[in-house]
Amino acid sequence: MSEEPRIGVFVCHCGINIGGYVDVPEVVKYSMTLPDVVYAEPNLYTCSSDGLQKIKEAIENHRLNRVVVASCTPRTHEPLFQGACEEAGLNKYIFEMANIRDQCSWVHMHEPEKATQKAKDLVRMAVAKARLLTPEEEPEIDIHPTGLVIGGGVSGMTAALSLMNQGFKVHLVEKEDKLGGALNELGTLFPTNVKASEVLKPLINGVEESPDIVVHLNSTVKEVKGFIGNFEAEIESKEGSELFEVGTVIVATGADYLDPVGLFGYSEVQGVVTQLELEQKMKEGSLGDVKSVVMVQCAGSRIEERPYCSRICCTEAMKNASLLKEEDSDRDIYVLYRDLQTYGIEYTEMEWDAKRKGVKLVKYDKARPPVVTEGERGPVVKVWASLLNEELTIKPDLVVLSAPLVPNPDNKTLSQLLKVPLNRDGFFMEAHVKLRPVDFATDGIFVCGTAHSPKEVAESISQAKGAASRAGIPMAKGRLKTAAITSVVDEDKCCGCGTCIEMCAYNAITKNERGLAQVTAAVCKGCGVCGASCPERAITMRHFTDEELEAQGLAAIKEA
Amino acid sequence: MGKPVLVIGGGVAGIQAALDLADRGLKVHLVEKSPSIGGVMAQLDKTFPTMDCSICILAPKMIECFRHPNITIHTLSKVTGVSGGPGDFKVKVLKEPRSVDASKCTGCGVCSEKCPTKVKDEWQEGLTERKAIHIMFPQAVPLIACIDRDNCLYFQKGICQVCSKVCQAGAIDYEQKAEEIDLDVSSIIVATGFQEYDPSELGEYGYSRFEDVITAKEFERLVCASGPTGGHLNRPSDGKLAHRVAFVQCVGSRSHQKGYPFCSSVCCMYATKEAVLIKEHEPASDVTIFYMDLKVFGQGFQEFVDRAQSHWGVKYIRGRPGEIRRNPVTKDLTVWYENTDTGEVAEKEVDLVVLCTTMISRPENKELADVLGLELDEWGFFEPLDPVMNPIETDKPGIFICGCCHGPRDIPESVAEASGTAACAAETARRYGQ
Repeated sequence: MSEEPRIGVFVCHCGINIGGYVDVPEVVKYSMTLPDVVYAEPNLYTCSSDGLQKIKEAIENHRLNRVVVASCTPRTHEPLFQGACEEAGLNKYIFEMANIRDQCSWVHMHEPEKATQKAKDLVRMAVAKARLLTPEEEPEIDIHPTGLVIGGGVSGMTAALSLMNQGFKVHLVEKEDKLGGALNELGTLFPTNVKASEVLKPLINGVEESPDIVVHLNSTVKEVKGFIGNFEAEIESKEGSELFEVGTVIVATGADYLDPVGLFGYSEVQGVVTQLELEQKMKEGSLGDVKSVVMVQCAGSRIEERPYCSRICCTEAMKNASLLKEEDSDRDIYVLYRDLQTYGIEYTEMEWDAKRKGVKLVKYDKARPPVVTEGERGPVVKVWASLLNEELTIKPDLVVLSAPLVPNPDNKTLSQLLKVPLNRDGFFMEAHVKLRPVDFATDGIFVCGTAHSPKEVAESISQAKGAASRAGIPMAKGRLKTAAITSVVDEDKCCGCGTCIEMCAYNAITKNERGLAQVTAAVCKGCGVCGASCPERAITMRHFTDEELEAQGLAAIKEA
Repeated sequence: MGKPVLVIGGGVAGIQAALDLADRGLKVHLVEKSPSIGGVMAQLDKTFPTMDCSICILAPKMIECFRHPNITIHTLSKVTGVSGGPGDFKVKVLKEPRSVDASKCTGCGVCSEKCPTKVKDEWQEGLTERKAIHIMFPQAVPLIACIDRDNCLYFQKGICQVCSKVCQAGAIDYEQKAEEIDLDVSSIIVATGFQEYDPSELGEYGYSRFEDVITAKEFERLVCASGPTGGHLNRPSDGKLAHRVAFVQCVGSRSHQKGYPFCSSVCCMYATKEAVLIKEHEPASDVTIFYMDLKVFGQGFQEFVDRAQSHWGVKYIRGRPGEIRRNPVTKDLTVWYENTDTGEVAEKEVDLVVLCTTMISRPENKELADVLGLELDEWGFFEPLDPVMNPIETDKPGIFICGCCHGPRDIPESVAEASGTAACAAETARRYGQ
């Protein structure tokens, strides 16, 4: 802005919140003495419609080109005041706020004189910055209305169908030769004992019948370039590779079951199988004459090398134990567990149901796990039953290990090519554990299902729809306003050291053809880490330039 | 732009559903029965495992709802009538009077300061008092005062009117009437949340007889910096700092005798978090969690429990306490229990007992279910169309459920589901040509 700054300052009483402790008229008077301030006024509530009107009138009457409001917190009120500036024809980035309530009157209510002095200091700092503010633009980008879903299991298909029903095209990539994922292996699903194939059927039919979903079987994603709205994905199959433009990406690559070799006699003792293998035998009807079964929970989980709980195994065991009892109520079924992870209404009911059917639950201690050895007529299980305070010896026909879900081995490659993180266990890590459960920190990329962590089918379906909602948002809008507060590289100063590239949590910085840093504004979040870490001071943050911050800082310690 | 979507319940699930829909360009009516959105999450102190301050991460989303041009928030409101079907529901909403003009009130709080009538503060779980005219909590959205007519001197006795005299904005409006509004929406998302089980019927634990036996939700307020004690663990009876604390799990859950048969899903982890909070306040504290099965089935849960034990020294004892007694002189409490791992029967003296109570359904669900034409399960929760295949749809097309209104679940699951229902609503809007 080449014209001389003409700053207006509005000091809010906030009823008595500020006015009761800070001498507001005195702060107004003081503001008028600051450089480039041409107008100042007190307001009972600057945020009321009357207060906002006053700002607009002052901009008009006093030809203001910068506005400072000294009031509460920008967290709640900055957009309101920026809106008033825009309505009066100013760019919203010429607005600055001084928080003289939360950071002043509220914390100094017992020392009104000092509070007034501090309010003056805060206003002086805001004015010092406001003098240097410049208008900023919020560039818009187009969003390609096509989604890429990686993984053709129940999560991926659910997400794809939802995107399709929201009106978008979808590329669904599956590495195997058929859709269905882990559910192809399973027999029935808790809590309703519905056949897994019955769950898959409508999903597969829906996906295959939809003209808007392109299914890529025997395919993998080789490369993903670009940013939200404008990704370019290379999908590779035996026939070669092809490039597709997509707006958003959903990761639904699922998980694997641990192969529990060497645990509890698996692959060493005859008659030791996994829960998955039991399901397959039950599905095929090839279980044979099994009179007694011992199930061992936490077979490879909740231990030092794999600390997490796999969430689904206890309820799965309850379901299979009950089914075995239903087939033949004379069967002896033991479930050896550490802490039974049946939760919520339906899954706890499965525990009660198994108990009613006569399934015996035996608690064991992590420090004294069951030992499975080869006996004369099958496996022998010795377990210290901690609640009975004695060792039990059971000679079952079958030992079934509840092996945990483990991360898909492809996660590492995929995480690198999408530049999204994995957690310590090797599962994909969301942007925020509580409030952004299906987002990645990188815009436009989402996660669902067991790629994120072990979970059962209903939870995967809910999450897949959640991911489809999140991915659908930018695509429904079609265009996206990106942030104005981003970083800018001064190529004359940049030495190409790459520090900023390493520091950037959003992968917003790359090297250009001359080896210098280059910011993709659409991806930049304006966090400022690059600017702070640049050894050449080649990076400037828009709206938080070194010059502006220096002026503000200097104003804090000395009177203008 | 097509017809709006109705979201019932302004907790974290309802907020997320509303924001997802509004961000994609659909109009949303967010109906909340209390004077502010925020729900239970706004009352919590910290959330594990990051120990983020709960309101600090929720407040920006609440404000986003308030400012969003596509969201209309209806507080003090309930849905009283629904007819029609997907793409075209006719909805009646009853708005109770706030007795404060929302367009004038600036939330400055002077009225509450001067109001002479004190009543129990429900938002602080009754651990302190509020005024008859009050703002629900400092981060309330909308940040507008509300007169509780049942306790206001003017409404009860025709006197006082102090608030009207001190309000510089002229916002007090004693004449406001309840109003019924009609909405025309394409789909409905139910996100009415849960409530805490009242453990009074479990006489052996002494809740409601002993002031220092409190529920976990009460503990959240007690330990919170914006709570009644400023976050100091002054126990309710005599204000003594509680350094010896016992947590009792499965209070009202996993039982066919009293309470409910199901596991409440979240208590083991919030108890662990609350135990860690005590240790953060005072590392020398003696904190014990009495549990049956430690439920660690979520991402990072086991690691969080491991750290509570190894780093913070929180003790875990397997066993459901049989009785809690109080020393009438010192007011200290004795927990009688059997350690079922060792078979040992023992007692433990503590300053404070926290009962980790079951999440149960809201009593209003019945009325709402009748209005919506939905069935509830035997525990009063909303039922999904199919617990495996259609977990967030109901048997009424165009009506979806998320969060704890259909059973206990944690915050991330509620949020993911809320986004899921937003997808369902977006699909419905498109299917019916909007």
